[in-house]
Amino acid sequence: MKLNKLIAFLASLLLTSVSNAALDIDISGGSSQQIPIAVVPFGNSAVTKDSISDIINADLRRSGLFKVLETRGMANLPTTPAQIKYAEWLALQSQAVTVGSVDPIAGGRFKVSFQLMDVLKQTQLAGMDYQITPSQVRTTAHKIADIIYQKLTGEPGAFASRIAYITKIGKRYALQVADADGFNPQTVVSSNEPIISPAWSPDGTKLAYVSFEKKKPIIYVQSLTSGSREVLANFKGNNSAPSWSPDGSKLAIVLTYGANSQVHTINANGSDLKLITKSNAIDTEPVFSPDGSHIYFTSDRGGKPQIYKVSLSGGTPSRVTFEGSYNVSPKFSPDGKLLAYIRNDGGKFKVAIQDMASGQVQMLSEGSQDESPSFAPNGRVILYATKVRGRGALAAVSSDGKVRQRLNDAAGDLREPAWGPLLN
Amino acid sequence: MIRKTVINTKLITALSLAALLVACKSTPITPVKVEDKSPTTASTSTDATVAVADANAVKELSIDGNAIASADGNPLRDPNNILSKRNIYFDYDSDAVKVEYRAIVEAHAKYLLAHPDAKMMLQGNTDERGTREYNLSLGQRRSVAVKKSLNLFGVQDSQIETISNGEEKATQNCAGEACDKDRRVDIVHQGE
Repeated sequence: MKLNKLIAFLASLLLTSVSNAALDIDISGGSSQQIPIAVVPFGNSAVTKDSISDIINADLRRSGLFKVLETRGMANLPTTPAQIKYAEWLALQSQAVTVGSVDPIAGGRFKVSFQLMDVLKQTQLAGMDYQITPSQVRTTAHKIADIIYQKLTGEPGAFASRIAYITKIGKRYALQVADADGFNPQTVVSSNEPIISPAWSPDGTKLAYVSFEKKKPIIYVQSLTSGSREVLANFKGNNSAPSWSPDGSKLAIVLTYGANSQVHTINANGSDLKLITKSNAIDTEPVFSPDGSHIYFTSDRGGKPQIYKVSLSGGTPSRVTFEGSYNVSPKFSPDGKLLAYIRNDGGKFKVAIQDMASGQVQMLSEGSQDESPSFAPNGRVILYATKVRGRGALAAVSSDGKVRQRLNDAAGDLREPAWGPLLN
Repeated sequence: MIRKTVINTKLITALSLAALLVACKSTPITPVKVEDKSPTTASTSTDATVAVADANAVKELSIDGNAIASADGNPLRDPNNILSKRNIYFDYDSDAVKVEYRAIVEAHAKYLLAHPDAKMMLQGNTDERGTREYNLSLGQRRSVAVKKSLNLFGVQDSQIETISNGEEKATQNCAGEACDKDRRVDIVHQGE
């Protein structure tokens, strides 16, 4: 639907990047460390609408960590490990080869098999069989890509996951969810009034968000499976900035009543509202630390907005960011080792990333209007909102700053991205 | 809100014109009214028609739930009354209510004091620079600043709700414009 143009755009860039250095996937540095791999078209691949090997190839290429070898035009295209002529792949300097097949089975389903083979050792690194419905083809391909990614990089992948974001097309706002590669966009809710701050529940079944449909910011929680939703917080004043605890039992939210923004926690069922910060300043954008013990938040209690943390068991908040005069929108990597946030760097709003152990900060984006950073479930990529020629777009950067990509929608603005957990 | 007011004025003009057209068409069908209200001339029949048209226009707008800018006895809707002034503008990165808005604040405070059952919403706004949630909090700080100005005149918090639209209603591109119209608090009385 709305992302079709984006997909076509990405696809065209992917094709271009094959012959013409990377455009969309702008890989700077580290290219010599890319892992050379071949993903051979799966046997019987025409039975599915989307080619599984194409999806895997696109995932691996987009990560920037793989050099995906072109197999078109090759004489021998194996679909089983026994058919692999390892000398040919060794000559192409391929480190690994993925082969597989798709077979229709009873009930309109498919059996998908794949094997990942080490070319030098001629041994199997991974192999799986799946029995799936046609609607599960893309997700299965992403799961295979995740297995390949993990076997060859040693880190978990994040291809089989989804992203949420807000579109503004004309005067219409919509909260949408799409696969991490931008395919399969679905509208969760739409409105003539703004929608902001979508937040995934840790199990990926629900989204909390802020809607202005009643002419003031109110927090809703909506089930993605049933489509039903409930008001989480509609107190006097603003209700905003929802963020889930790691166990999904409660949310940190921001309420104002008749004063400035203050951080609260509330159970996911709307009970047990607790005031967490008690200041006359602005305290907002709360996020739980991955161990659930602290809430990190933006506060201007020191004059300019900086990131602070406070223990859920009480105590005085302490400051987390020290460089720069405007650091907002903290988001943790899933392992808690990195904190991404937005810094106003001389009038340019950029994505920054802070190593929590060393305190070192690296600027990851150029700006100038970047916001809403959010980590992929493997912590390897940060998705954020940017502006391209005055129009809202989504961009992603690897946590080492080396790989970049950008998602556009020619029909309107994209904003407020949030990367969800891995799909089951 | 400034924008909305402009739109409303246009709407009213458009609706008045539409009502006039309808009224002109309907004039031949309702000669009785004209005869009831006026003894003779064509000019009085026109007057009567206009009056009916105005009533129609107002009715349509109130169904829409829009603010009505006509002298219907409600001081909030009288364009000549200071209470029709609803926008308080702020300097960049500031929540200070400037002296020039004192008269507006005072007029609305007196209205609330005179109408203890009346309620008001203060909607804070920011320009597009910065992140959305932080701007929501900055807009809130502005609406709280206006509320405190009202408190100084004796208005109780129970009559006021302070909220923020953050940058969500911003219309100016700060790269090319001053963004001065987006940094404001809008005063909205209950039912508007």
